[in-house]
Amino acid sequence: MSRLAALFAGRKEPALIAFITVGYPDLAATLEAVPLLESCGVDAVELGIPFSDPLVDGITIQQASYRALQKGITPAACLEAACLIRQKSALPLLFMSYYNPILSYGPALFCREAARAGVDGLIIPDLPLEEAGVLEASSLRHNLDLVGLLAPNSPPERIGLVAGRSRGFIYLVSLTGVTGMRQELPPGVADFVARVRSLSSLPLCLGFGISTKEQAAQLSGHVEGVIVGSSIVQLMGSGEKWQPAVARFVRGLKEALVQGRQAGP
Amino acid sequence: MKVMPDERGYFGGFGGRFVPEVLMPALEELTAAYAGARTDPSFQEEFHYYLQRWSGRPTPLYAAERLSRLQGRARIYLKREDLLHTGAHKINNALGQGLLAKKMGKKRIVAETGAGQHGVAVAAVCALLGLACVVYMGEEDVCRQAPNVQRMRLLGAEVKAVTDGSRTLKDAINEAIRDWVTHIESTYYLLGSAVGPHPYPSLVRDFQSVSGLETREQFLALTGRLPDFIVACVGGGSNAIGIFHPFLQDRRVRLIGVEAGGRGLDGDEHAASLAAGRVGVLHGAKSFVLQDKTGQIRSTHSISAGLDYPGVGPEHSYLKCSGRASYVVVEDGAALEAFLLLSRTEGIIPALESAHAVAYALELAGSLKKEQTIVVNLSGRGDKDLGIVGGALEVE
Repeated sequence: MSRLAALFAGRKEPALIAFITVGYPDLAATLEAVPLLESCGVDAVELGIPFSDPLVDGITIQQASYRALQKGITPAACLEAACLIRQKSALPLLFMSYYNPILSYGPALFCREAARAGVDGLIIPDLPLEEAGVLEASSLRHNLDLVGLLAPNSPPERIGLVAGRSRGFIYLVSLTGVTGMRQELPPGVADFVARVRSLSSLPLCLGFGISTKEQAAQLSGHVEGVIVGSSIVQLMGSGEKWQPAVARFVRGLKEALVQGRQAGP
Repeated sequence: MKVMPDERGYFGGFGGRFVPEVLMPALEELTAAYAGARTDPSFQEEFHYYLQRWSGRPTPLYAAERLSRLQGRARIYLKREDLLHTGAHKINNALGQGLLAKKMGKKRIVAETGAGQHGVAVAAVCALLGLACVVYMGEEDVCRQAPNVQRMRLLGAEVKAVTDGSRTLKDAINEAIRDWVTHIESTYYLLGSAVGPHPYPSLVRDFQSVSGLETREQFLALTGRLPDFIVACVGGGSNAIGIFHPFLQDRRVRLIGVEAGGRGLDGDEHAASLAAGRVGVLHGAKSFVLQDKTGQIRSTHSISAGLDYPGVGPEHSYLKCSGRASYVVVEDGAALEAFLLLSRTEGIIPALESAHAVAYALELAGSLKKEQTIVVNLSGRGDKDLGIVGGALEVE
């Protein structure tokens, strides 16, 4: 069973999935963050490969990407980082990258090296399935799960398409907008989840705009995973002693997910 | 000949739709709406009514005698898109898409702008059609094209300065797309060049083709034959594809796109995607892109804000690879020289973008025979560039 499949098998509360930008605030922080996140209850980590033109990201991840690029973080450096992280952590790891750096690297070569580094899946926010053929074939060959995305405005045809081809889980983008912290869940999120649920048996993980314990608690019982990015990235960039702040924040989310489950949906 | 693009939006190996999932339904909706409008006589009638009565079409095709005499060889003709309302070819597309947005029931328009010509055109169209208008513009461009910022505001548009990245056109497009994603139901994204995800490259091309169709008719009427060369500047490539497209089947008409060579192709300070880029994905389409060896998009430089863009429309990438069009490079200095030359020989102040095409046409004319002919798409007027050129004049 793959690490991602094992993650969702027989889960009680939703998995907590953390996003961090590789190389922000520096590479040492990335390497230190994953074991720390793991010890605080995180169940899987998305490693963001920085890109010069992050179209779906809000200001926090945009700035983290620019800073990482200024430090010379390349896709090759991200692959090396994943390899080092894999030596210290057994968590499922996914790369989140815009398509051009992967296209430039060569999709087949990138998949081979990602798999060799111990990465389990790929999330490419600007690669709809219509354009994903090449990467899909390469990722399959190397047992990497190419995770499909859906948005609240996705019509039934597209839900069906993604449900049929997504692997590992389906990434539900909670809102029509960019990444970044919000205080409340967008209205209609339960309906969105239910619409997808009626057409797919894959685990559903919800991300974009999730940054509070209250939001996490409300999602418990609705989805198999909750993805939190900008808040963690912001805390990691908040100063030299980011570790206690990140640990406290993540533990709080985890508790909320567990308690939310006990309280029932 | 094959229909371009195919149903997935590909021109050969270029184009497509590399966008977040949230945009896919909007692009489908736009594709369907445009397919309807294209064959709807009342839509076409309304489009052409405003093109004529409001924006001043047809534009003249002018035989530039004194300019041609400088080389004493081939005759140069200017397609006078600079005479259009708001000062550039951009109004053709802004009007077409504005009418389409209204037909689709959208109440709010977002757009990006580089030189500000597209922004001004969109602001004018929104005023005309009663639509709310937000224009994203890189901070650097807000400074170097200040008169156009004032025009947009006067026309009722909200101009938002973009402070990320290189603070030019590329970053303005990023921000416009982020706005669009966030307001997907109410908002229409009025993209100004022949770039972006399908159907934008063909949509923009079709609305801009009016200049090529007129040129073909006018040239035939004037001379009884077709021109030997058509020369147009290429940033994203909307004025070029507009004038090229109606001539694609006329195999003897040579089509030449002129990219911005900035301070030279040796370094990174240029915007010549076709000459110096690699195939990549930027702003939703696969095309030639200026990028570093790890796939990060490069910052560009051109003296003309409208050409200062690291990508190019996918149909140009296709035309380059198929050999139907060829692409050359003109540097800042030569463009500036052509700017002054056209001003003083013909009394026409061109946009710095168009001055790139004029510069190449002059060079080309020197290598041709007397009976040969060149049409230059004079895509815009240069009033907006007086600040930039003023500095150069003082040096002179």
